[in-house]
Amino acid sequence: MHIIEDGNAAAALGVKLAGAQVIAAYPITPQTPLTEKLSEFIESGEMKAQYVPVESEHSALAACIAASSTGARAFTATSANGLLYMHEQIHWAAGARLPIVMCVVNRAVGAPWNIWNDHQDSISQRDTGWIQMYACDHQQIIDGVLKAFALAEAVSIPVMLCYDGYLLSHTYMPFEVPEEEKIARFLKPFAPAYALDPDDPANLNTVTLPDVRVDVNGETAHGYMEIRYLLQEDHRAALTVAQEIEDRFTEVFGRGDDALLEPYRCEDAEYVVVGLGSLTYQLHDVVDTLRAEGFKIGVLGVRLYRPFPSEALAEALTGVQEVIVIEKALSYGYEGALCSDLKAALCGRQPTVTGMIAGIGGREIRTADLTDTLRAHVRGAPDEDPGWIGIRL
Amino acid sequence: MGTRGYRYKTSHSLSGPGDGGKTGSWRIQRPVIDLERCTPARRGTEVCFICWLYCPDSVISRTIPPVIDYEYCKGCGICAEECPTKAITMIDEADAYQDDEGLQACSTEGPRPCT
Repeated sequence: MHIIEDGNAAAALGVKLAGAQVIAAYPITPQTPLTEKLSEFIESGEMKAQYVPVESEHSALAACIAASSTGARAFTATSANGLLYMHEQIHWAAGARLPIVMCVVNRAVGAPWNIWNDHQDSISQRDTGWIQMYACDHQQIIDGVLKAFALAEAVSIPVMLCYDGYLLSHTYMPFEVPEEEKIARFLKPFAPAYALDPDDPANLNTVTLPDVRVDVNGETAHGYMEIRYLLQEDHRAALTVAQEIEDRFTEVFGRGDDALLEPYRCEDAEYVVVGLGSLTYQLHDVVDTLRAEGFKIGVLGVRLYRPFPSEALAEALTGVQEVIVIEKALSYGYEGALCSDLKAALCGRQPTVTGMIAGIGGREIRTADLTDTLRAHVRGAPDEDPGWIGIRL
Repeated sequence: MGTRGYRYKTSHSLSGPGDGGKTGSWRIQRPVIDLERCTPARRGTEVCFICWLYCPDSVISRTIPPVIDYEYCKGCGICAEECPTKAITMIDEADAYQDDEGLQACSTEGPRPCT
């Protein structure tokens, strides 16, 4: 079915189709319509799930952690300061290896207070152990929710599906709704490795000593370090699993491509612009203009940011003269986090990497400004490091 | 032998001794019961047991006399604080090591469980 709806509705439909059983969320702009929609679905009986009203984002994720621990498919969503309020529980969900899915409707972080889009919220959660996917349009949001559950449950790692506040959450776009009868072929019922059972009680994630221990059955159990090693190991393995899931999705629904990267006109490119989310689709227009002017330039969207597709990026960017990373977030005191990550992935290889910052706190990213900045940069004009596109100081 | 084959990927424990590790190794001071002052030991009857009641780790037995399980006693000292006859003293672990034999002064038959 082909419909026209906003990005939050696309996410809500995806969550309904995925058969999420427990939803716990606290409203925050620009995520609010998503949770409202889910609450309507449940209230009307259209969706069989339990909606847990909570007093905060911290409680929202805590409720999801509890639900997921009992073997329920759990979903939450938030933005900006709400995400930061969850922070402690975000680490917990990953350490506890619970396959919760959360939509992060990207929004700038206060202070100063700001409700518009940038990526500082989700980027600041980079090191929590969650998988991070970035959607560029509504199709990627609705399909992404299904893929996120499949991936989370396959590797026992929670997934954030990030999409741009307003630019995607509140704009209307046509997209395909995955056919309900095909869902079962793609997404199997959640079968957790372990689920809490009142008839067979156990303690989960209580104090875990630095060293290994012998448990009550006489088996040598992990220490904290072994548990964290396994999280890292499975994170790296998730790069392969994500692509397997993408391929299965393509097989069932007839669309989908590369789970990690999305190149546009990168063949023979001397310059490649790298970014996250809807900005990369806006850059398609910029690249078309610059290509018409004779510049050999392309765009590479990073769809999966954690685990970081370092090898795929290194392979895709080999032979490129320069990579320009444009980001809506930065690690204050240094540069954009994606830029640093990319430099590490390309260490010892040909391309130089330049970082630029744009769209902080919803500052409009004009296509003409992007075009002018990239044209001037490619022609060799000096820019600040990191260059801030659209800054008016 | 490592933990690669362990059945869980997270921290999972069952209620039972030792599933949180041998927490007795955390102890800096250990509680020692003076049976001359301990009420149930002195009277040979089921009385008091304040130490058993207050122990947050349930490592003191409700027996005559009460026995402290040093494998799991973390040495918090609550029992010594609460004992109404001041029968429990906290002594340094370093000193206790030198005289480990004499510390658990039980009768030769061992502690008698309460009914």
